[in-house]
Amino acid sequence: MTSYIIKRLLALIPVIIGVALVVFLIVHLIPGDPAQTMLGERATKEAIEQLRESMGLNEPLYVQFYEFFKGLLSGDLGRSLMSNNPVLSEISVRFPATLELSFFALFFAVIVGIPAGIFAATHQNSIFDNMSMLVALIGVSMPIFWLGLMLIWLFGVILGWLPPSSRLSVGVDLHFITNIYTIDSILTLNWVAFKDAISHLVLPAIALGTIPMAMIARMTRSSMLEVLKQDYIRTAYSKGLQDRIVVYKHALKNAFIPIITVVGLQFGVLLGGAVLTETIFSWPGLGKYLVDAIYARDFPVVQGGILFFATTFVFVNLLVDISYAAIDPRIEYS
Amino acid sequence: MNYMKSLRILVVMALVVALFSFAAFAQDEGQYGGTFIFGRGGDSVGLDPIQVTDGESFKVTQQIYDTLVMFEPGTTDVIPGLAKEWEVSEDGKTWTFYLREGVNFHDGNPVNAEAIKWNFERWGYEDHPYHIGGEFTYYGYMFQDYPGVIQEVNAVDEYTVEFVLTQPQGPFLNNLAMVSFGIASPEAVKEHGEDYFKNPVGSGPFKFVEWRQGDRVILEANEDYWGGRPYLDEVIFRSIPDNGARYMELKAGSIDMMDYINPEDVASVEDNEDLDLLLRPSFNVGYFAMHQDFEPFDNLQVRKAFAHAINKEALIGAFYAGLAEPAKNPLPPSIWGYNDEIEDYPYDLERAKELLTEAGYPDGFEFDFYYMPVPRPYFPQPKMVAQAIQYYLSQIGVTANLLSYDWGTYLDKYYADELQTYILGWTGDNGDPDNFLYVLLDQTQNNCGYENEELHQILLEAQKSVDKEERTELYKEAQEIIHADVPWVPIAHSTPPLVKKTMVKNYIPNPTSTEKLHRVWLDE
Repeated sequence: MTSYIIKRLLALIPVIIGVALVVFLIVHLIPGDPAQTMLGERATKEAIEQLRESMGLNEPLYVQFYEFFKGLLSGDLGRSLMSNNPVLSEISVRFPATLELSFFALFFAVIVGIPAGIFAATHQNSIFDNMSMLVALIGVSMPIFWLGLMLIWLFGVILGWLPPSSRLSVGVDLHFITNIYTIDSILTLNWVAFKDAISHLVLPAIALGTIPMAMIARMTRSSMLEVLKQDYIRTAYSKGLQDRIVVYKHALKNAFIPIITVVGLQFGVLLGGAVLTETIFSWPGLGKYLVDAIYARDFPVVQGGILFFATTFVFVNLLVDISYAAIDPRIEYS
Repeated sequence: MNYMKSLRILVVMALVVALFSFAAFAQDEGQYGGTFIFGRGGDSVGLDPIQVTDGESFKVTQQIYDTLVMFEPGTTDVIPGLAKEWEVSEDGKTWTFYLREGVNFHDGNPVNAEAIKWNFERWGYEDHPYHIGGEFTYYGYMFQDYPGVIQEVNAVDEYTVEFVLTQPQGPFLNNLAMVSFGIASPEAVKEHGEDYFKNPVGSGPFKFVEWRQGDRVILEANEDYWGGRPYLDEVIFRSIPDNGARYMELKAGSIDMMDYINPEDVASVEDNEDLDLLLRPSFNVGYFAMHQDFEPFDNLQVRKAFAHAINKEALIGAFYAGLAEPAKNPLPPSIWGYNDEIEDYPYDLERAKELLTEAGYPDGFEFDFYYMPVPRPYFPQPKMVAQAIQYYLSQIGVTANLLSYDWGTYLDKYYADELQTYILGWTGDNGDPDNFLYVLLDQTQNNCGYENEELHQILLEAQKSVDKEERTELYKEAQEIIHADVPWVPIAHSTPPLVKKTMVKNYIPNPTSTEKLHRVWLDE
């Protein structure tokens, strides 16, 4: 197992070099000029030329790639062309926000999606089954921005139960350590901030978690249905085992591999795809930041951000693969 | 029609509200205390005003920094700032500023002639050790290079600073009032170097406390502000990117004020007695440009026909929620030098068709028409405006193919003179006519293939004069020439709406898009 993990980690190196090269080329070859975007409507040709020169954009591409890659090796992703902020410092503030939101969204998706899927499978073709699969269908097709605005309107404005957006209320103090606010508030034993941070997480987590929830519910249902039709389940029932034990101990464990795969993939997607939710809920995460950078042609930020996402995605996949072995003893890695 | 009427009432009421809050300022002493939370569409890029070009950065730096001179609340007239008075030599090349005494930066260091000199040298001299951390874009832009027209800055004594220019610059004083030229504490810049933009220190009414990137900027009152202690204890700028979500936050009460409301929400502000609508005086122009390098737009008759074919009033009613006025000049009416005697080409389809026939296109023609992919204050809904213009032009038999690019590429193609016809606009910088007329339409500057030597000479002459009356006459003449040549069809000057809670008092929007908040107070 250990050697497998080391092998996988070593395989990261060519992946990252490949991603770095592809991202660099894409970013530099698409039309649009950061100098122009930065100067906006107000720029003479000379001003643009001067700005390009001082940003180092007039160097040949291979020189720029060499500089970028040299920095990468020493852990330096460069500075944003727009704000001059080091890219790594921006990522270290924004990625925890995205991670926290994605985690809570996935938590919501799992605790609702899996039980709903199991129940639907064990009560196949009942009203509940049909209803829950209808809800799941709606969930999969619901536009996030619409759902998000409706949640804000209902729970934030009309009922006033939950804060409409952002991560922390004005006036609530918190000492930032990891920039994951729930963890920081636990570390500093700041329960006011903890409660406040959780209340800010509820609406965006539901908005972001709805699509994964629906996908997980559907996958759980179909995977369970398949397993429940197997001979050994019939055997278990004929031995006189209780329903609960058959479903949870015998069936679910075997149905879990595809579910874990979906959960892992969804987590990867959530980490990179929370842009809309981040926009609607004013969540200062990495997705929104990266999209803004793409529009501004802020090369170092786009390169650094995508590289970071790619690496995270590879890690999540690795975790998923390892968890297969933990769930199913028949799977072994060497 | 009813819609238009109710809009008109709405606008009048908003103006009344604005007047009332102004009156409140005149009569009423404000209340001290409270936290004012402003909801805006994006985060600041940086808090060193000379390094940034975006409005969201300027909103904040306006509070932290002072400039030598500044804009009077609600106008672009220049009033004293850090300098209490000034004079200019007869040849217009030497300006002397007399500073307020006893003003300190937030870090306790004095604001004196040496500090002013140090700031200008940092901005203007590319070999200055602290000319780092960015591009100093607006310096080069307003003073025409580095160091550009500012030949030298001298500290005559502790509180007297003298600027020697290479040539007279008409808009010099207006330039100095721009938020970009906020004076920073030299010691703070030296201490933080490239990271100064995250640790701003000025002498303005509010001090920097904290910046949570992508989320909020927190400022606190400067007890020792030379203009009097601000009424507010704390100001927070929150980034809430989605217009709809931001409006909901305002209704939920978690912010006190916002900008960039969706046009369709404007009417509901009126139904809400806890909210007021304020209109920012227009400082922009949105226009439809016809590039004369492409046939048939080199033909004046064709351009005139287009000017007659577009119904500006209807566009404004439909796509600006009425919060704009039709444009007949490139210059917005809030700026001095505006020529109100010019008569716009009336909306007249018959006349437009006649002109097309005279030009030799009785059956119309087909062409490419580009629209911006992003909303800007002067075109809140560019795609819809473009579709409407396409429709108007189809009425005179002309077929426009609607096209767009992403914003970066769009500007790229615009500067490369590749757009046959397009919509675009401009928001002013310094409240000087030169900043619209020269920058947008001079033959050395424009991107619509427009050449007119007479106009060029007039604009250059006005640039070199420091006599405001003489300049006003020159700019009025320039607007007549532009009107006759029709390089564009000017569409609208928008008056961007701001929405605030009624308890927010004495907020006076400035045309230049930012204002100091030290006279704003909360009626709690």
